[in-house]
Amino acid sequence: MDPALYRVVANRRETSDVSSLTLAPLKAEMAVAPPRHGQFNMLTAFGVGEAAISVSRSSRLSGRDSGQGLHTAGAGSIVHTIRDVGAVTHALCVASAGSLVGVRGPFGQGWGAEDGDWLAEGDVVVVAGGIGLAPLRSVVDDLAGRSTDASGRLRGRLFVIAGAREQAQVIFADDLARWAALGAIVSVTVDVSTPGWTGHVGLVTAQIAPAGIDPGGARALVCGPEIMMRFTAAALEKLGMDPSRIFVSLERNMQCGLGWCGHCQLGPLILCRDGPIVAYGGAVTHLMRERER
Amino acid sequence: MAWSPRAGDLAVVDVAGLDALIMALADASYDVRGPVVRSGAIEPGPLGGVVDLPRGMRDEQAPGRYDLSDTAGGAFFDWSSSARSWKAELFPPEEELWRARQEPGGNVTFLSTPKASRREPLPLAILGLRPCDFAALGVTDRVFAGAAVPDPRYRRRRDTAFMAVVECGSPGGTCFCSSMGTGPGCEGTDAAPDLVLTEIASGTVADHRFLVRVVSDRGAEVMAAVPTRKATEADRSEREAILSRAAARMGRRLVTEGLPELLLANLDHERWSEVARRCLACGNCTSACPTCFCADVRDTTELSGQVVRRRRWASCFDREHSYLHGGAVRASTSSRYRQWMTHKLATWWDQFGQSGCVGCGRCITWCPVGIDITEEAAALRGAALPAGGGAA
Ligand SMILES: Cc1cc2nc3c(=O)[nH]c(=O)nc-3n(C[C@H](O)[C@H](O)[C@H](O)COP(=O)(O)OP(=O)(O)OC[C@H]3O[C@@H](n4cnc5c(N)ncnc54)[C@H](O)[C@@H]3O)c2cc1C
Ligand code: SF4
Ligand code: SF4
Ligand code: FES
Repeated sequence: MDPALYRVVANRRETSDVSSLTLAPLKAEMAVAPPRHGQFNMLTAFGVGEAAISVSRSSRLSGRDSGQGLHTAGAGSIVHTIRDVGAVTHALCVASAGSLVGVRGPFGQGWGAEDGDWLAEGDVVVVAGGIGLAPLRSVVDDLAGRSTDASGRLRGRLFVIAGAREQAQVIFADDLARWAALGAIVSVTVDVSTPGWTGHVGLVTAQIAPAGIDPGGARALVCGPEIMMRFTAAALEKLGMDPSRIFVSLERNMQCGLGWCGHCQLGPLILCRDGPIVAYGGAVTHLMRERER
Repeated sequence: MAWSPRAGDLAVVDVAGLDALIMALADASYDVRGPVVRSGAIEPGPLGGVVDLPRGMRDEQAPGRYDLSDTAGGAFFDWSSSARSWKAELFPPEEELWRARQEPGGNVTFLSTPKASRREPLPLAILGLRPCDFAALGVTDRVFAGAAVPDPRYRRRRDTAFMAVVECGSPGGTCFCSSMGTGPGCEGTDAAPDLVLTEIASGTVADHRFLVRVVSDRGAEVMAAVPTRKATEADRSEREAILSRAAARMGRRLVTEGLPELLLANLDHERWSEVARRCLACGNCTSACPTCFCADVRDTTELSGQVVRRRRWASCFDREHSYLHGGAVRASTSSRYRQWMTHKLATWWDQFGQSGCVGCGRCITWCPVGIDITEEAAALRGAALPAGGGAA
């Protein structure tokens, strides 16, 4: 599968090491299929390599909530939010507007948020650690875009609990503020307090019990470091949530996205095919507790 | 006009007929490959006629050992499994995926690969792969051809390839295909071969013959150019005797009943660290294995400025295989051996609905320290903790 050529329309600096690239297909007929919330693409920095990166926004997904000033750029455009941790992610983070990147995808199982009116069924709890907010942004936008009343307020309870190392590392601060303004219950917590920070300090897991989530009918979407997801899922389960309604986004080395390369195995799962998003509970609970070491 | 078999028929050819079959494949524009002797081992190689086959050769295989000797006998297939499998013919150890030119202005143009721009390679015909190896193709078929997006390179080679399986009359010391249900005969599998041959070499020289079961129409077309006769009841019963003798002479056995559950309930067993003390994590087992499909994908910029993406066989015994965030998920040898063995025998079922092991024995033969998958499984079974007490 050759990558489709996409042009970088905008490169927006989110934090010192995170950038969001808005990409548009070089030719409309080249565009990859529209992603579902939580799916990922394999992005190529030509001459450097390829990396799995979640879709943090897409014109086709956010079409429903147009008018909210989203940073998309016309039909087929997608936004990827990337943390600079190595060769490929660095090259992507510094890609300037006008340059070309390769896109293959979309791959994997998403959150499934397109399929129902989640906010009408119960509380929706979004828990993210660091860059983990990226694959959750479009879900929140979608739910917010579809479930507002005449006065523009959310028709249901949407909790967004986001954690970061420190204030300067909080990504999507404007989105968080926008969701709060729509009536979402947003809480941001940092590991380390810096001058001027007035919010919570500590782990995201500590924000779960006091949030006032009604566990019956609730759904939770969790993305972050594996250990954070494990403790978060356990805390949600302790509240009385049905583990099969807690979704986590699992990460392993990925080199093809197509189920061919074998790198992304986690026990019975081929995560690029069966994940990255899986329901917690049963086998997955066991896999996340079992140490592969 | 002489009788010529159709799909479903059982025919008999003599040694000259086998030679004619190889010619007929070449005449039908196949690139014919088969087992040949190369640097002291039986390996896949080009086949021009029966002269190239390992006639009279017998292999001896044991954990960490492979010996080939010339018995001066007349049989062509008196050996067990080839040292190398046929995996590389369909899934090359290294392969270019694409090539592109990046211009100074940043424009990127994909180039057709030099290989693809040459004339189309001839379709492959493989004569002399064993039933276990044919079953292994059924396993890689599910991985590559059965994926939501099938691998076009594998698919093209596989779809056009002609397969003439030769059943096993002389299994080796590390074979356990009868435990895995993949041999020594070649009965029904997921995919059908074109021809299935059985060598009958026990009688006089004049009596040396091959039963040929014609499975596909393609097989029948090729057989039209080969002098044959119809098989008799005596031919059939001779084949059955050969296969049941072979099944009784398997060098190894693996009890598969409840095996996935057994392995997954014993992920914390101390046997994993015991085997890890011997395991060199060299990856010989994964490259010898006909079903291991893992590959690394790497991009490089060549001196010409062209960007090339290649994939290359990888092994879960490499530390980098599970690299994530500056470290390997499976950092210890025991975790990597456990990944390999549980993948083969347990989680492959979850992922692809079948076993990842076909019982060819190569991982045992080619392990420099002679680690034996059947022995490891038996140890876990024998020493398995009582039900309910095994899981972490
Ligand atoms: C489903 C999924 C979604 C992801 N979404 C995002 C996202 O939205 N934003 C983001 O910033 N990051 C995301 N990641 C992580 C990102 O893929 C890795 O950070 C990236 O591959 C690291 O590559 P590198 O060359 O920059 O780093 P290096 O550490 O230099 O990589 C060295 C080698 O390790 C390999 N490697 C390291 N981590 C991974 C990995 N996770 N998967 C495959 N190979 C790896 C690389 O292929 C490379 O060969 C996601 C990962 C997965 C699996
Ligand atoms: S695991 Fe060993 S015996 Fe089984 S198919 Fe692979 S090489 Fe053959
Ligand atoms: S994970 Fe290991 S055992 Fe499984 S296919 Fe890959 S190399 Fe073979
Ligand atoms: S990324 Fe290659 S199999 Fe999943």
